[in-house]
Amino acid sequence: MPEIVVESHPIDTVFRTERLPHIFCPGCGIGPAVHAYAQAILESGIPKERHACVSGIGCSARVPGYMDVDSYHTTHGRPIPFATAIAVVKPEMEVTVFSGDGDLFGIGGNHFIHAARRNVDINIICINNFNYGMTGGQVGPTTPLGAKASTAPYGNTEPAFNLPYLAAATGAVFVARWTALHVRQLKEAILRAMQKKGFTFIEVLAPCPVGFGSPNDLGDAIEEVWLYRERCVVDHSVYLPDLELDLRRKDKPFVMGNFVDIEKEPFDPLAMMKKKEGE
Amino acid sequence: MSPEERVLTGSHFLLGDHACAEGGLAAGCDFFAGYPITPSTEVAERLARRLPAVGSIFIQMEDELASMAALVGASLSGARAMSATSGPGFSLMMENIGMAVMMEAPCVVVNIQRGAPSTGLPTLVGQSDMMQARWGSHGDYEIAAYSPSSPQECFDHVIKAFNTADRWRIPVFVMADELIGHMSERVVIPPADQIPRVERKRPRHKPDDPDFLHCLAEDEDLVPPIVHAGEGYRANFDSLTHDEKGYPATFPEPHDRLVRRLVDKIRLHTDQIIEYEEIFMDDAELAVIAYGSTARSARRAINEARREGVRVGLLRLITVWPFPENKVKELSNQVKAFVVPELNLGQMSREVERFTSLPVIGVNHAGGVMMAPDPILDAIREVKKNA
Repeated sequence: MPEIVVESHPIDTVFRTERLPHIFCPGCGIGPAVHAYAQAILESGIPKERHACVSGIGCSARVPGYMDVDSYHTTHGRPIPFATAIAVVKPEMEVTVFSGDGDLFGIGGNHFIHAARRNVDINIICINNFNYGMTGGQVGPTTPLGAKASTAPYGNTEPAFNLPYLAAATGAVFVARWTALHVRQLKEAILRAMQKKGFTFIEVLAPCPVGFGSPNDLGDAIEEVWLYRERCVVDHSVYLPDLELDLRRKDKPFVMGNFVDIEKEPFDPLAMMKKKEGE
Repeated sequence: MSPEERVLTGSHFLLGDHACAEGGLAAGCDFFAGYPITPSTEVAERLARRLPAVGSIFIQMEDELASMAALVGASLSGARAMSATSGPGFSLMMENIGMAVMMEAPCVVVNIQRGAPSTGLPTLVGQSDMMQARWGSHGDYEIAAYSPSSPQECFDHVIKAFNTADRWRIPVFVMADELIGHMSERVVIPPADQIPRVERKRPRHKPDDPDFLHCLAEDEDLVPPIVHAGEGYRANFDSLTHDEKGYPATFPEPHDRLVRRLVDKIRLHTDQIIEYEEIFMDDAELAVIAYGSTARSARRAINEARREGVRVGLLRLITVWPFPENKVKELSNQVKAFVVPELNLGQMSREVERFTSLPVIGVNHAGGVMMAPDPILDAIREVKKNA
């Protein structure tokens, strides 16, 4: 039987392949999300020279370093204001922030709501694994009430953010939630986000078997992905407050979908001058 | 859009804060991100009106953390980026000042200093962020900082700051104080073509040249050429310790190599950055070292002392960082003592002490009121008596 050797993959062209293998743990859900982002870059029709990928700190924040685009691994919580500046100085660029739930909504939460309010023309891809993974599984702003973490050994005493609801409430023009299992829907959502002018938000549920799965008896990554497969339902028109999520609860489905897709003027610091000019 | 001149050539009666703003405009600043804070707000207010009128970007951010992050992003997109703040905001900027150092993103921050620590004296003068400017962010690093003594220097120093930032790829501070920021004086703005401009070093290599390592400093100055977003270089900029390719390299050897270069590019070239003014120093047997608003009072005190026959001179710092250590060493062979007046409880005086074995007499007030000439004159008389 002839041996089939695959030397490369079409998607390699958007990766810094010399930097692979990546640092992610076995079973981590970041990989499929990166694949969807890479595929979306390829299909966007926007040359990779015009893409920028910005991150803060954390596991997900290591992603820009693998992408063959202008990439910026900034400080913890600060990728959004950094990306805001790129987007206004170089409006022709397609700027994507690829970072984690702790980075974007813990330490960086204030920047998220203000960039959404401004409707800055950037895309936010947020890997939500319900914990601070890189530092070893600490409780975070997305950890469900009662869930265990290394800094919540008796169970989390705080309720979690409902991220799509927050994004919609603060002004995002496109809001979606998919999982690391839904790579095609996720890619389509990222493509849609790239097409849109304004602030877009995509939450990607991703297994973190080491940090979150294990202390919360979700089993290994395969078991968590099976959970996604069995329990996810797609409902694009769901009532957003109902998007609260707890993987441990057996009585509620996990709702996925593209929840918001509206048009609004994107942020332009010179908008009033242009308006004046037109008068 | 009503066309407005970027450079307001002519003679003006300007507030120090406004002169900082006009200095930025004259220097080609095309991006400002900031947050209102007394006593620097007038810088932002002036630029909020002036920058859009010349087609440039002004953004009021949600805080100073965001402002400083935006400065680095704008700088690496090719903009001449600037912010203005005061102590509490400067504290919030420290994290991303470190990022600007690590990513070698040139940018300018004006600090109109007020009484501190904490919220301190929002409306009143202080000079107590001088060490914070040097050491406020974690780690070993080098920056440059100017200290204007007049609205004219506010204008001039912001231009110098932009040029120093772009030349050496560092964040540069203009450490003014409330007295200077809120003082109105004549400011002469030269014609646009006479504003000094240092351009950033750009790569000789084209994008996709496999030999191009964007964090490799090939020249003697240890400054690598800068690439901007959207130019096709597809470079990685990292706040982590990185190698010459810009990729994370979190190991002892590349770390020492990178940090040493970031420090050495300034330490080995301080003679190209340091500026000071010497007044009556030729025959001086006592030296006053002063900066900012305090230097004005020092000058008055020296004039008085000279009238009394004391041979005292003034070393007025224009750059406070890097510190002119060689000048202090040199003066140590000439004078018998140094007097260092400051609106803090002794910050730059420590730096003087590091480079001399002579007596260093601090004249200090924690801030809230200008440093009057009298306590400086008293110190000069006292030193003269004991010398």
